[in-house]
Amino acid sequence: MLNGMALLLFCQLCGEALVRLSGWPLPGPVLGMLLLFLWLRYRGRSSHDLDLTADGLLKYLALLFVPAGVGVMVYFDALGGIWLKLGVTLLASAVITLVVTGWTMQWLLRRQKTEHADGV
Amino acid sequence: MPMAFDSFWVYLSASPLWWLTLTILVYLAAQKLFLKSGSAALLNPVAVSIVVLIALLELSHTSYDAYFAGAQFLHFLLGPATVALAVPLFRQMARLRAIWFPVTVSLAVGVLTGAFSAVAIGYVLGLDRTTLLSLAPKSVTTPVAMGISEVLGGIPAMTAAFVVFTGITGAVIGLRVLKAAGVTDESAVGTAMGVTAHGVGTARAFEVHPVSGAFAGLAMALAAFLTALLLPPLFEWLGWR
Repeated sequence: MLNGMALLLFCQLCGEALVRLSGWPLPGPVLGMLLLFLWLRYRGRSSHDLDLTADGLLKYLALLFVPAGVGVMVYFDALGGIWLKLGVTLLASAVITLVVTGWTMQWLLRRQKTEHADGV
Repeated sequence: MPMAFDSFWVYLSASPLWWLTLTILVYLAAQKLFLKSGSAALLNPVAVSIVVLIALLELSHTSYDAYFAGAQFLHFLLGPATVALAVPLFRQMARLRAIWFPVTVSLAVGVLTGAFSAVAIGYVLGLDRTTLLSLAPKSVTTPVAMGISEVLGGIPAMTAAFVVFTGITGAVIGLRVLKAAGVTDESAVGTAMGVTAHGVGTARAFEVHPVSGAFAGLAMALAAFLTALLLPPLFEWLGWR
């Protein structure tokens, strides 16, 4: 597992370095993910060790959001007056985004499938 | 001589070990409750854990900073976990190559819908301009969202709160909403979850299907790129910045 963790941290480090050097408004880990993906494509396969570490971390991905989520308590007072309007806005926007994205993708997937079936 | 309870509490609450351990225990209990309830959406483990921990902090008069001194060790793992999303994505390479066009178009549509629906609804409800600008990047993972919010003229700290709320909302209602809307394809479900509710939505997508999880991770990462790329020039063009 240590090899896998070292590779993940190294990719993150390279991602952070790229962000600092380029000034892109992106988080280092997202660039790190891209770097690891490119590395895996170049190599053509993952390793047992990396699989083990990645699957282990991703199994508990939800837990890792808890500390940041508890931070919402800091904004209770600041958002107190408009919490209902905000809640409605965020909830409605989430529903719309989910449905529009889901429909778009499913529609395009089906269209692609029929095009292939027609031999286009 | 044994410690008196209050001095013991002072010692314990000042040590990072206490809140770190408690965060994990609360999450494990919330997860057990979630599974026992037959995955009732409202008992989402992340949402329940956050509510319980906030209640414990308020009751014990503990500041968020004191809590985070311990919880930061879990928070730190978000970095390597995000990098790790490349692994399931690599496993889905064949599928991704076959449907790259639907994925790309859906992501662009999702990113714009996420930002503009929030601004439009908030405007109708009478929210002020700064709040609207802080709302726009709420579907993107926290560090990117805060950066974009600042560029647009919003308040990054406010955006962070919106991001967390959006992620949890998406994780709680996402699968049910998609099912009701007739979205059944695993890659479409994942993409919608990742583009709407970033990492929290991705975590939820992984719980139902590895393909959904992989596409949610991809959607989250590319949505971060696309939003950072599209929103500032678009808002400038509209004269909203």
